[in-house]
Amino acid sequence: MGATDIGLWGVPLAILGGAIRVSTPFIFVSLGEAITERSGRINLGLEGTLVFGAMTAYAVAVMTGSPWLGLLAAAAAGLCFGLFHGWICKFPKVNDIAIGIALMLFGSGLAFFFGKPFIKPKAPNLPAIAFGAWSDIPQVQAALDVNVLFLIGAALSLVLWWAFRNTRAGLIVRVVGDSSDAARAMGLNPNTVRLVATGVGGALAGIGGAYLSLYYPGSWTERISSGQGLMAVALVIFARWNPLGCFAAALLFGGAGALGPALQSVGVTQGYYLFYAAPYILTLIIMIATSSPTRSLTGAPGELSITK
Amino acid sequence: MSAITGKAVGVETIGMTMRFGAFTALGDVSIKMPAGSFHALLGENGAGKSTLVKCMMGFYRPTGGEILVDGREVAIASPRDASALGLGMVYQHFTLVPSLTGAENLVISRETVPGVIDWRKERGDLAVFMDRMPFKLPLDVKVAELAAGEKQKLEIIKQLYLGRSFLVLDEPTSVLTPGEAQEVLGLVRAMTKAGDLTVLMISHKFHEVTAFADDVSLLRKGRLTGTGRVADLDRKVMAAMMIGDQPIAALDSRAAPRADAETVLKIRSLKAPDRTGLKSIRIEDLGVRSGEIVGIAGISGNGQKEFLEVLAGQRPRDAGDVMVRGTAYAATRAEARALNVRLIPEEPLKNACAPKMTVAENISFRTFDIDSNGKPVSWISAGTIKSFSARLVEQFKVKTASLSSPIASLSGGNVQRAVLARELTGEVDLLIVSNPCFGLDFSAVAEIRARIMKARNAGAAVLLMSEDLDELLELSDRIFVMSDGVLVYETPIAQASVQTIGEHMAGHH
Repeated sequence: MGATDIGLWGVPLAILGGAIRVSTPFIFVSLGEAITERSGRINLGLEGTLVFGAMTAYAVAVMTGSPWLGLLAAAAAGLCFGLFHGWICKFPKVNDIAIGIALMLFGSGLAFFFGKPFIKPKAPNLPAIAFGAWSDIPQVQAALDVNVLFLIGAALSLVLWWAFRNTRAGLIVRVVGDSSDAARAMGLNPNTVRLVATGVGGALAGIGGAYLSLYYPGSWTERISSGQGLMAVALVIFARWNPLGCFAAALLFGGAGALGPALQSVGVTQGYYLFYAAPYILTLIIMIATSSPTRSLTGAPGELSITK
Repeated sequence: MSAITGKAVGVETIGMTMRFGAFTALGDVSIKMPAGSFHALLGENGAGKSTLVKCMMGFYRPTGGEILVDGREVAIASPRDASALGLGMVYQHFTLVPSLTGAENLVISRETVPGVIDWRKERGDLAVFMDRMPFKLPLDVKVAELAAGEKQKLEIIKQLYLGRSFLVLDEPTSVLTPGEAQEVLGLVRAMTKAGDLTVLMISHKFHEVTAFADDVSLLRKGRLTGTGRVADLDRKVMAAMMIGDQPIAALDSRAAPRADAETVLKIRSLKAPDRTGLKSIRIEDLGVRSGEIVGIAGISGNGQKEFLEVLAGQRPRDAGDVMVRGTAYAATRAEARALNVRLIPEEPLKNACAPKMTVAENISFRTFDIDSNGKPVSWISAGTIKSFSARLVEQFKVKTASLSSPIASLSGGNVQRAVLARELTGEVDLLIVSNPCFGLDFSAVAEIRARIMKARNAGAAVLLMSEDLDELLELSDRIFVMSDGVLVYETPIAQASVQTIGEHMAGHH
């Protein structure tokens, strides 16, 4: 608890701060997954990529002393994972979902294996910008302490939203995701486009992992991701494959995740732990409310194996 | 890039031959298509039409023969070479990307697209281009939301936008209303007359060929069986060149309906959501009597599919009654069996078959779990399934390598024959059919229509939904038109006019 008591105002403030803090990995993973899914493929392995990215970033930051090098290393590791997924999936009769699950387990396992020596040492953190410096209330300062990756993520979602309609690359990804036949008729190779899209998606998930280990919670443990990579995949569907939607959904999810700790901090002692489940319940409710047995999802890429 | 070159090219094939192993798909075919002509190519499925155009478009390397463009011999090794020469093709199945808008589809299909697309400039260029086009189209709407006719026009416009001056149209009107077909072909015809375009149209429909084409070539079993001016050939001669001497199943003459015929299917105030969930289909009152075929016409996407799905039990309904012989019918297996309701949905491989199961198993879907007395059996006999389906395969002339081949390995016509065999065997009181002949060849079409007519004459009530107006006019006793989810027009066959039906289909009333 801070020095100033601001009473119940602490709850929305903590939710805002939580939304900003918790949502960042969701933003990166879901944007990465949005690119991959828009190209017509699902990469469920992003959970493993996220954990491996977190480990790589932490290890490189410990060894070099630079969190930015750690971030780059995480992105590169994610890129490799994505390319690996994309490469395997180009073979006929390979199921992208099964490969994704295998890679999820593989990524986590590999991260635990290489990450053992890095549980103890302390790595330098990624910098944050204190947008709350104008206020002398510690809760406000804490809530508005915004990491640069959050800002980059917000900008990235805007750029992607724009790029899907206004750039050649964006249109090509959408063409391939919607109709392999049309893509081939245009002389595009769907496998190559999907390979690149899965690679980029993996790199973004790696960055999401770097945020986990280098900022919040800010250390490397084997339980660093509580399924964030998987939830982000669900967020993409919930956001209807729209990058701006991904950003909003990640914020909502982050905010819901902060509900439990926020209630606890204002002195609710009974049942607050139920609110730890808020993000999952929220996702379920929204998914049920927005789906229908007789109608297909609007905006779903036509080549996606789950909506085909 | 985005201009009509303003000059059609002439294309000629000399001695085109294509062999796949020992099989000759195309043998020594020479066709001359002068610049600015409209040439029709007729032939059955498997006659070699698509092999010929694939050779011309660079998808296949022909085994022999040459292609001349504007009198010069050219080598076409890939579709890219073909497009560099101005040769383009409009496929029967759309190649537009559904979730992109028309403008996005056009721009992305260009060979060179800038990394960042300046939409203001592109829109300006497109507006200028569209001004010179005979079709008017909304380019800012997602292709998925366009009507079939609009998509077809957009496909043609795309080819012109890419600067093609020789177009192959593969059955361009198969998904269009008669009005749309007239319009599209009329505009294409005008462009050939003006010397902007040379067209090779693959078609099954004689009336289109006689109305629009200058010249016609006919293929049968990979050979050119005839070519000449359309004006010099009549339909009978063309049909003979196309199908040779093989007999065509004749349609039974229509037995006069009995005056006291029972109303087998009765639908009252039916309401169901459509695919988007935003609109609904509403069938106020529809009755189909025993011994008649009631046809439902309509442009695809006006609710016929949903209507069929409700009747087939694939889609829940919000309200209303479906009665078969006075009993409420919810399309369960037990009800369908008790009331003798049979169903032939469109795209039978997808909607009426388990593609990877064998022909024998697929034919036995209705009967595998009952014995000859209609009692449920607890032990399924593979022998009975085999002998039952062997009999039906024989009777319905299904061509299959073996009874244990997966049904997906059969040709479209034979899949449909197998489904007909299953659905038309035994007593049939109500037969629900949707687009039974889509994509099938001449002799298969004739045979399938003859079977449907036979079922009608045997006393079945038949509800026939079709996008092919010729088919409805040939088979139906009464025709309804479905538009925007509602039956908007009814006419007995004696008073049916293509003109009026077409106008109702287009929603102009």
